[in-house]
Amino acid sequence: MPTTASTALPLKDVTASNSSLRRYLHGLPGVDAVGLEGRAASLGTRSIKTTAKAYAIDLAISMVDLTTLEGADTPGKVRALGAKAVRPDPTDRTAPATAAVCVYPDMVAVAKEAVAGSTVKVASVATAFPAGRAALPVKLADVRDAVAAGADEIDMVIDRGAFLAGDYLKVYEEIVAVKEACGASARLKVIFETGELSTYDNIRRASWLGMIAGADFIKTSTGKVAVNATPANTLLMLEAVRDFRAATGVQVGVKPAGGIRTTKDAVKFLVLVNETVGEDWLDNHWFRFGASSLLNDLLMQRQKLTTGRYSGPDYVTVD
Amino acid sequence: MSERTNERLSVFKTYKLYVGGKFPRSESGRVYEVTDAKGKWLANAPLSSRKDARDAVVAARKAFGGWSGATAYNRGQILYRVAEMLEGRREQFVREVADAEGLSKPKATAQVDAAIDRWVWYAGWTDKIAQVVGGANPVAGPYFNLSSPEPTGVVVVLAPQESSFLGLVSVLAPVIATGNTAIVIASERSPLPALSLGEVLATSDVPGGVVNLLSGRTTEIAPSLAAHQDVNAIDLAGADETLAKELEIAAADNLKRVLRPQTVDNAEWFATPGTERMTAFLETKTVWHPTGALGASGSSY
Repeated sequence: MPTTASTALPLKDVTASNSSLRRYLHGLPGVDAVGLEGRAASLGTRSIKTTAKAYAIDLAISMVDLTTLEGADTPGKVRALGAKAVRPDPTDRTAPATAAVCVYPDMVAVAKEAVAGSTVKVASVATAFPAGRAALPVKLADVRDAVAAGADEIDMVIDRGAFLAGDYLKVYEEIVAVKEACGASARLKVIFETGELSTYDNIRRASWLGMIAGADFIKTSTGKVAVNATPANTLLMLEAVRDFRAATGVQVGVKPAGGIRTTKDAVKFLVLVNETVGEDWLDNHWFRFGASSLLNDLLMQRQKLTTGRYSGPDYVTVD
Repeated sequence: MSERTNERLSVFKTYKLYVGGKFPRSESGRVYEVTDAKGKWLANAPLSSRKDARDAVVAARKAFGGWSGATAYNRGQILYRVAEMLEGRREQFVREVADAEGLSKPKATAQVDAAIDRWVWYAGWTDKIAQVVGGANPVAGPYFNLSSPEPTGVVVVLAPQESSFLGLVSVLAPVIATGNTAIVIASERSPLPALSLGEVLATSDVPGGVVNLLSGRTTEIAPSLAAHQDVNAIDLAGADETLAKELEIAAADNLKRVLRPQTVDNAEWFATPGTERMTAFLETKTVWHPTGALGASGSSY
C-alpha cells in the first residue's frame, strides 16, 4: 500500500483550472446531515468493556498527538510535555508512548531534544497557524523553518477565506506548495477548521481537495474555535478517506483535534474508525487524536483498570 | 364537583438521585422498592451503581473550588436558606419521616423540627469555627505564626441507617459548613427523606455538586468510594462493624481521613452537637510571617 498521496494520478485532470476543480468538488454527492449525525450518534452508543476497553485505551494513548499551542509556551513546558509523551505514566512502564508532541515551529528544536531516542515524533503547526492569514512565501518559510528544526510532521491550516470564496485552486496550490516544502522527510497534515466551513458539504469538498493535493493526513480543526472535532464531522472525513482509497488506492490518515477530553469520547472515535474504514486505520500511522487533557483521562482510566480503584487528578501530571 | 375530585388520578412521585445539581436516574436504570416500617410499598428509589458514585465524585470535585473559596459568611447564609426552604416543606418531610421510620405524627414533627434547627445551628458555625480551632500561635522567634482551618476536600458520608432525616442532616451539615463537598449514601432502607432533601438543596442556593445524594445498597456503592483516589475523607456513620472495617482498609490506600462509626441512639440525635463533626474534616494550615516591627527596632536580622 502506498504511503504518500503523490500518486493521485486519476484525479490529475480535475486540477487543471479553478472551474474544473470547482465542477469536480461540487459534483461530489451532498451529505445527508441528519443521517450522518444519526449514524455517528448510534455508533457512539456501543459499549466497550473489560479487555476491549483496555485495548482501546492503550491504542488511544498511542494515537495522541500531545499538544501545547499557547502563546505562553516555554522551553520548560515543552520539555515536560516531551517527557510525558515518552512515558505517559511514570508509575507504570507498560503504558505506551504517545504518537507525537505537537508544538509551534520555534519550539520544535526543544521538543526534538526532549523526545530524542524514543518513538515519539515531533509535529509542528505551521503556515500562520491558526488563522492562516499570511502570504504564501511567509507560510512556506514557516514550514521550512519547522522542517529544518527537525519536525517529523507538519500541521498546516488551509486558507478558509479562499475556500469559502470558491477559490479552490488557490487552496489546492497552497497545499501542493507546502507539501513540496515538507520534502520527503515530513508528513503533511492538512487542517480544514471544520467549525468555520459552515456545512457538511463543504467539509466533504475540503477533504477531497486536501487529499487530491497530496495531504498525508486530514485534520478537523485547530482547537482554537468554538466548534472542534465532533463525531459527525470526523465520520464524514473517515468516509472521505475510505472513498478516496477506493478511487485512487492511496491511504490518507485522519486526525480529529480539539474538544476530545474523555476516554469515553476517544473510544467513540475509535468505534467510528473501525466501523467506517476498518482495521487498516487502527494504528497511529493513520489515525491520531489532537489533544492535551485527553491523555490524563486515558491514564486515569488505565489506572482504574489495572488497580481496580478509581484514580484522581492528583495521580497524573498537571500540564 | 366533589365526584370529579374523587376521580382524580393519584400523582406518584419519581424519586431521583441528586448529583451535580441535577436529578438523574441511576445510570444503571435500576430501582428498588422502598417500604414503610410495616412493609407497605412507598415508592421506588434509584439503585445507584459504582458509576453513579464515580460521577458524584467528579461533580463534588468540580464544586469544591467554588464552595471552599466562598466566604464563611456566604456559606452561613446559604445553610440558613436551607433551613428556610425546609420550613416551607415541613409537612412533606413530616409525612416522609413518619412513613419511613414508623413514627407518630408528633414524633416525626419533632425529628423534622430538630433537623431544621440543626441547619440553623451549623449556619451559625461557618464563620466561627476558625476562631475556635485556629488562631495565633506563640513561637520562639520574630514571627507571626497563624493557624487556620481548611476544608479537607471531597467527603463521602454514609448516612445513619436508622435516623433517616435528623441523622442525615446531623452528619451532612457539619461537612459542608466548613467548605467540604459531600457525597451522601442515604439510608438504605429509608432513602426517601434524603432524596427529597436534594430538592430542597437545589432551591436554596447551594451550588450544584456541593451535596450529591445517592440511594441504593450501601455495600455496593461504599467500597468503590472508599477506594476512590480522588476522595479525601469518609464518614462511616451508616456502616456496620464489618463494613466499617472493610472500608477503613480500602480508605487507607490514599490516606483518607476516616471518621469511625459511633453508636448513636435515635434519641441522642436530638442532643446539641459539639464541633467534633466539623473538626473531623478540617486540615490546619499554618503560616509563618516575619514580624517587620522587630527589625525596625534593632533586631539582628
